[in-house]
Amino acid sequence: MPNEDHLLVKIRNYAFLVIGLLAIGIAIGVELTVNPPETAPFDLLPILLRGLAVTIELTLLGAALALVVAIVAGVARSSGHIIVRTITGFYVEVFRGTSILVQLFWIFFVLPLPPFNLSLTPLQAGVLALGLNVGAYGAEVVRGAIGAIPSGQIEASIALNMSPGLMMRRVIIPQAMVRILPPFGNLLIELLKATSLVSLITLSDVTFQGLALRQSVGRTTEVFLLILVIYFLLAYPLTLGVRWLERQRQWAT
Amino acid sequence: MQANSSAPIVRFENVTKSFGELTVLRQLDFDVAPAEKVTIVGPSGSGKTTILRVLMTLEKPNDGVIWVNGEPLWHQKSGDKLVPASEKHLRKVRGSIGMVFQHFNLFPHMTALRNVTEAPIHVLKMPKGDAEQRAVELLQKVGLSDKLGHYPSQLSGGQKQRVAIARALAMRPKVMLFDEVTSALDPELVGEVLNVIRELAEEGEMAMLLVTHEMGFAREVSDRVVFFDKGRVVEQGPPEQIFGSPQNERTKAFFNAVLRH
Amino acid sequence: MSEQFFDWEYVISFMPKLLEGLVVTIEVTIVAFILAAILGLLMALGRRSSNPWIAQPIGALVEFIRSTPLLVQLFIFFYVLPRYGLRMPAFIVGTIALGLHYGTYTSEIYRAGIDAIDRGQWEAARALNFSPVRTWVGIVLPQAIPPMIPALGNYLVAMFKESAQLSAITVVELTLTARTIGTQSFRFLEPFTMAGVLYFLISYPSSLVVQRLEKRYAGK
Repeated sequence: MPNEDHLLVKIRNYAFLVIGLLAIGIAIGVELTVNPPETAPFDLLPILLRGLAVTIELTLLGAALALVVAIVAGVARSSGHIIVRTITGFYVEVFRGTSILVQLFWIFFVLPLPPFNLSLTPLQAGVLALGLNVGAYGAEVVRGAIGAIPSGQIEASIALNMSPGLMMRRVIIPQAMVRILPPFGNLLIELLKATSLVSLITLSDVTFQGLALRQSVGRTTEVFLLILVIYFLLAYPLTLGVRWLERQRQWAT
Repeated sequence: MQANSSAPIVRFENVTKSFGELTVLRQLDFDVAPAEKVTIVGPSGSGKTTILRVLMTLEKPNDGVIWVNGEPLWHQKSGDKLVPASEKHLRKVRGSIGMVFQHFNLFPHMTALRNVTEAPIHVLKMPKGDAEQRAVELLQKVGLSDKLGHYPSQLSGGQKQRVAIARALAMRPKVMLFDEVTSALDPELVGEVLNVIRELAEEGEMAMLLVTHEMGFAREVSDRVVFFDKGRVVEQGPPEQIFGSPQNERTKAFFNAVLRH
Repeated sequence: MSEQFFDWEYVISFMPKLLEGLVVTIEVTIVAFILAAILGLLMALGRRSSNPWIAQPIGALVEFIRSTPLLVQLFIFFYVLPRYGLRMPAFIVGTIALGLHYGTYTSEIYRAGIDAIDRGQWEAARALNFSPVRTWVGIVLPQAIPPMIPALGNYLVAMFKESAQLSAITVVELTLTARTIGTQSFRFLEPFTMAGVLYFLISYPSSLVVQRLEKRYAGK
């Protein structure tokens, strides 16, 4: 019965996460009993879910920008052209070498003032900061994956008389994708977590709603534990997805 | 040797190739006739493989001219002069050469069938149906008609190498290069690959240039054996002569060393 | 206010304050990193325990902390714990939260490093009748830790940059200092740019050192 054993192990692996979530639920319950709010329990959830919509919007837009930036900058960093390589190298190192919060503040507070006079909404600033920051990390992933293609693949493509473009499209990129996907999944999780920073530039995501609720109605414990659970329920499926992807490398030796 | 009478399909003229301080080809002059089967033997590190790699345009020679089918490979004619070849010219001349590698270099993300159809469809612009039909025939010829849908990771080393041979044949090269194609194989898998090459040699029309350590095989399939050492051709001739009564001391010493074990 | 694009006099006037902020950032980073290194090792050992009642809850806790934002964890430490009598200065609270968050990351490094130790080493220790403690301290960890150093170094650099989030709970480190300077004078360009430069001047050379270490250990 190896299958049943396997199933048991699987159930046990997630049992404690479920127990943990239940414990948080009980903690919230106890908190509500000890300090009963004037309104019904869980009346805060709709407000937090409104923040959730902003968090998801920000994650999707930020990820889209990061993806484009990562591919363009990653290919550019693998380029033979020294100027192209240096400029993208500068971008990647600056965004990886400084704090994302400083990048966000720079974009949000500095750009609207002279000499830039570029006013951005908090959402635009958030998408820009997240996309450029995570894109810089993604560019390194893309560069590494391209560099990891064995030289024999390039030689075989030349021996079959492929043009450089055809080689890139049909041989290098499909093989690099397999190496790229799991780290990109991890970057997506980091991006999701980093969206909470936009609460500091007044964008009303989940975290911001939580801070606002804390000030207006109190109930701090309940609010922040609910927020933790919301982020966990968003991020953990992604974690499981990345692990699944890592197991799917059927042809990657 | 009907082949030697016509114009060579490959001609090396004064070709030099060095990597930094190390010179691996020294002003090499070397011809291959159409349909001729030539085996290059010699100590490891003597530059045998570089001859194939320069011909396949994987390495650029420092000096000299290589002619393929009457056209310069690394150069193109500009009036009377030879100037470095454009990518377009390189691709045109390269089309008549095929290569099988020591480490197979199959595309791991494609099935055996797609490995063979990929270049005919996208480089030769063959219709997909025709390319697949031909690929099936070629895979049948190398004894793998039951592995069409398998990925390289599901094949043994010998099977991989036979797919690689089919893949190279699909481009209908006039000259086929075999670069130590059995060196990376387990001993019991060498035979199946050599049998395929032997059949190709017997069919005759394609010129073949082999670098190998399989001396018995070289003796059997070659029209000519070339002993190569320190960037130069030391001695060459029909296999019976080179293996049976080598003239040069270095050749004798080499065969003594390899045939003894 | 100066009409220049980048006012260097202004920079010189606030630079001492910004450097004070940098010192706080460095202090937080070092203490939190030590905490992360120790907590991570404990979490990794706990997850490897043969007792599922230890291994599974620790595993679940690690997954949970990793899957939620540091910023929210900071708010919980800062706003929620005091309601239950746990009152600590923001600096301490922030450092603990940062160390705990990154402890879940370093635990993964320890786990991979320990898994990489050859089974023969365990068997040899068993054959020589070493105690479990002696096996860990004398045999496994001395072999497992050196190859982990580059990965741990990467997280040290990451923590240095992410410590900026402590500004949200009033820790007057580099980022909050820059923000305060900017708010007072309504010129944000110089303080935020200089804060970025300071972050970069420390983290970029550090990551080059980590890269060299990586090459050194990869060569073995």
